[in-house]
Amino acid sequence: MSLGRGVRREEEQRRSVFTRRALALGMGQLALFGFLGTRLWRLQSEEGDRYRTLAEENRVSARLIPPPRGQVLDRNGRVIAGNRLNWRALLVAEQTQDVGATLETFSRIVPLQDHERARIERDVRRRRRFVPVTVREFLAWEEMARIEVNAPDLPGIIIDVGQTRLYPENEHLAHMVGYVAPPAERDMDGDPLLELPGIRVGRAGIEKHHDLALRGRAGAVQLEVNAVGRVIRELDRREGIPGQDVQLSVDAELQKALRGRIEEGTSIVVLDARNGEVLAMASQPSFDPNIFNAGVSAQQWREWTRNRATPLINKATNGLYAPGSTFKMIVALAGLEAKAVTPADRVYCPGYLDLGDTRFHCWQKHGHGSVDMRAGIKVSCDVYFYEVAKRVGIDRIAAMASRFGLGVELDIELPGTKKGLVPTRGWRQAQGKPWNLGDTIVHGIGQGFYQVTPLQLATMAARLATGRAVQPHLTRSIGGRPVRGTKPEDWPSLGIPERDLRLMREGMWAVVNEPGGTALASRLPGSLGVMAGKTGSVQVRRISREQRERGFKTESLPREWRPHALFVAFAPYDNPVYAVSVVVEHGMSGSGAAAPLARDTLVEVFNRFRTPPAAPGQRVAEGPRP
Amino acid sequence: MSATFERRLLTRDRGHGLLQKFWRIPWLFVLLLSAVAAVGYVALYSAGGGPEAYAAKHALRFGFGLVLMLSIAVIDIRVIAKLAWLGYAIGVGLLVLVLLHGNIGKGAQRWIDIGPLQLQPSELMKIMLALGLAAWFQRASWERVGNLLFLLPPAIMVLLPVGLILKQPNLGTALITAMIGGAVFFAAGMRLWKFALLLAAVGTAAPIAYTHLHDYQKARITTFLDPESDPLGAGYNIIQSKIALGSGGIWGKGFLQGTQGHLNFLPEKQTDFIFTMIAEEFGLVGALSVLGLLALVVLFCYLVAFRCRHQFGRLLAVGLGTNMFLYIFVNIAMVTGSIPVGGVPLPLISHGGSAMLTTMLGFGLLMSVHVHRDAEFGPARD
Repeated sequence: MSLGRGVRREEEQRRSVFTRRALALGMGQLALFGFLGTRLWRLQSEEGDRYRTLAEENRVSARLIPPPRGQVLDRNGRVIAGNRLNWRALLVAEQTQDVGATLETFSRIVPLQDHERARIERDVRRRRRFVPVTVREFLAWEEMARIEVNAPDLPGIIIDVGQTRLYPENEHLAHMVGYVAPPAERDMDGDPLLELPGIRVGRAGIEKHHDLALRGRAGAVQLEVNAVGRVIRELDRREGIPGQDVQLSVDAELQKALRGRIEEGTSIVVLDARNGEVLAMASQPSFDPNIFNAGVSAQQWREWTRNRATPLINKATNGLYAPGSTFKMIVALAGLEAKAVTPADRVYCPGYLDLGDTRFHCWQKHGHGSVDMRAGIKVSCDVYFYEVAKRVGIDRIAAMASRFGLGVELDIELPGTKKGLVPTRGWRQAQGKPWNLGDTIVHGIGQGFYQVTPLQLATMAARLATGRAVQPHLTRSIGGRPVRGTKPEDWPSLGIPERDLRLMREGMWAVVNEPGGTALASRLPGSLGVMAGKTGSVQVRRISREQRERGFKTESLPREWRPHALFVAFAPYDNPVYAVSVVVEHGMSGSGAAAPLARDTLVEVFNRFRTPPAAPGQRVAEGPRP
Repeated sequence: MSATFERRLLTRDRGHGLLQKFWRIPWLFVLLLSAVAAVGYVALYSAGGGPEAYAAKHALRFGFGLVLMLSIAVIDIRVIAKLAWLGYAIGVGLLVLVLLHGNIGKGAQRWIDIGPLQLQPSELMKIMLALGLAAWFQRASWERVGNLLFLLPPAIMVLLPVGLILKQPNLGTALITAMIGGAVFFAAGMRLWKFALLLAAVGTAAPIAYTHLHDYQKARITTFLDPESDPLGAGYNIIQSKIALGSGGIWGKGFLQGTQGHLNFLPEKQTDFIFTMIAEEFGLVGALSVLGLLALVVLFCYLVAFRCRHQFGRLLAVGLGTNMFLYIFVNIAMVTGSIPVGGVPLPLISHGGSAMLTTMLGFGLLMSVHVHRDAEFGPARD
């Protein structure tokens, strides 16, 4: 019994020790569970918002959708800069067992260069295996067909379509439309769109001037991605705003027809004289803007920049020439305004004018005899305008030239357009040189320091024809909304008396239509209308007295030393609608080379527009050509 | 007095019939375990995006586990006590085997293939250690436990497997194994001053030992502490786990709606980070509910211990309860970024056959303790 009691006491003792200890253990463990509970409370309740944000950042990835770039249309709605589908072959590495084998098969169908292979393999290594890698862009239809047919042997190759710029008229409108290229660092204007791969920005011409309108606004898509960045689904999509279409005043058909007529170094500008719309602006040679799309090779670039005929430069806006005799109306108007001369004042032309011991020659060696203002223009008598210039002075001539758009910046939508130069006494003196009377005389016939562009000459012709300060411009509408300045009343008057202007127009009519006029051979066929114009020839090199005395012939000069040929015109004479300027580099004489081209231009214009182009202010409907 | 005692013994003896035993099985507890396993099914359904990947297998394994558990529950606890030594020996043997022939996983030798089953002997060892220690202490009186020499063999019983697990290397599991041993020692009545002395000794030795290590050895210790992955990767896992937990908020994102889990930001979501998955989709409410269920499981182990009338059962229950507690605590503390240890699954919820097997084996033993809580082991000895 005592043993049993002892056993029981032992048992009670170790049991009570166990109970206490186990309770302590259990309580301790319970407390630690409590700790976990508070921990969860802190994470999920107190800091929940912070972690919710982090979870969203983890899962949501925003991407931009590039909007389609706006089209550039001609006045008839024909696309001159559009978008075309760019078919691409892409490789998704995770869909093929062996990237090398797939590329090997692919290059048997569409040959791949070694450097292309190297780039593809590098891209595959760098990117995650589900991200497509570009294998080849701009696939031809036939290449695509062959890829599709061989699809079972090309695991991982997918065909995908993007957009790329297309200029259907190739080089014909390149100088106006410009071109696009991938954005450079300086193009980054904070628009996130520019950071997208494959995006293009306007680099020249209308593409550059209206880049923002054409570009549109990027859309955005919110994607749910998983831990490795694979897209699971689309959460939200905000459509972008497509780029706006820009309609130009130019007529693509006319432009092409004119370009077909001209040789290297020639430029033609045709304006609607009433409102300054550019109908055509041709400069030869040109370039194919499509080449910029895929990237210009170093060789191509060398070819362009080393070409002395400068295909990349638009001679109509950036070629600088002395206006020569086409400038004579400006001198005459300056004389009339200053009352330094009356239309009836006569000047005797013996074939030269002597000033001190310097002799200034008339182009007509034997002289024109007694010449009034109308005749001075008609026969382009140099001596008459030497005399007028002498009486007016250079500064008043310069002021008149500026009113006609010469030597000033025009509002044309072509970035980088040249301003040119119309010299004044002050300009010369700023160079530390005196202005002599002899300089004034030389400038009286449009020679000397003058630098004007064919576009400025056409503007001058339009302003002579209308008496209004029309500005040449290319844009008719943006996104369907017409731009300003389509009506003649939109343009302020030049403030020159109609009587004076009429005299100029008469003189120009006589140039083309009266026997003895310098461009009589180039008058229009009677059925079409009447052209009025003015010839000009400008020396590229000074002709020395000895050469002159030896019976010098300009034809004997090497081509690049021959004079430039110029012509400005408007038509129809009685109701001017078109203003034209023609510059033929080294064309020898305005009457011989430029005037016939101006006539052909107007024949082309009249044939294209049997009726004058859509009445000013009225938007031409897109559709059939007039 | 003595007569009533004898009578009670007789009644108890009658209770050893198989039917009686089944009646004694704590069915409420079986229900609790089933509930926890059901939570596991739901979470694994979400983790796998359907039942096929993990959830179906999980249910099947739990079914097998239940059979195993109930089979063990009716084995007489005295038989189990007799076989404890064998179990301990098998555990140690498997640990040696895994060192010699084990599969290397994530830089450590962890498991061996037994037929279709991948067994992690260290998991089994924890249970076998509790069993072995309970067997050693079953008849030791309070005075006997006070004897230092008497404590030496069980100390070796703890240190031997701890050393073998360290050699894998897996410091985390080794520490957990040592803690289970410590809990049984504590409950068995080891004097507190000895405990204090031991802790002080370890506490002073560890930093000194650490400073005398080479850099590569220190790096190895870091790997010990977080054996699953490199520090950078582990950091990422913990950060993503905290984001998942926190973003779940009070009410959660909803079943199958957890973005962190379903978009794979959450690593190992079907095993170590399954609790995160639950917390993300069911929020604080769900997380605390699951934590509560798991706490009840641990609590039940203690209840079994308190109701048991023999020291073997009591110590075994405390050992098993501590094992269960450590699993749960280390796992949840890990996914909440509270401690840097990795690689511990959540029992009955995480995906994994070997873990399910050992867990249910442990519960089987616990149930046997409960079914045979009044079994006569004979008196304590000095």
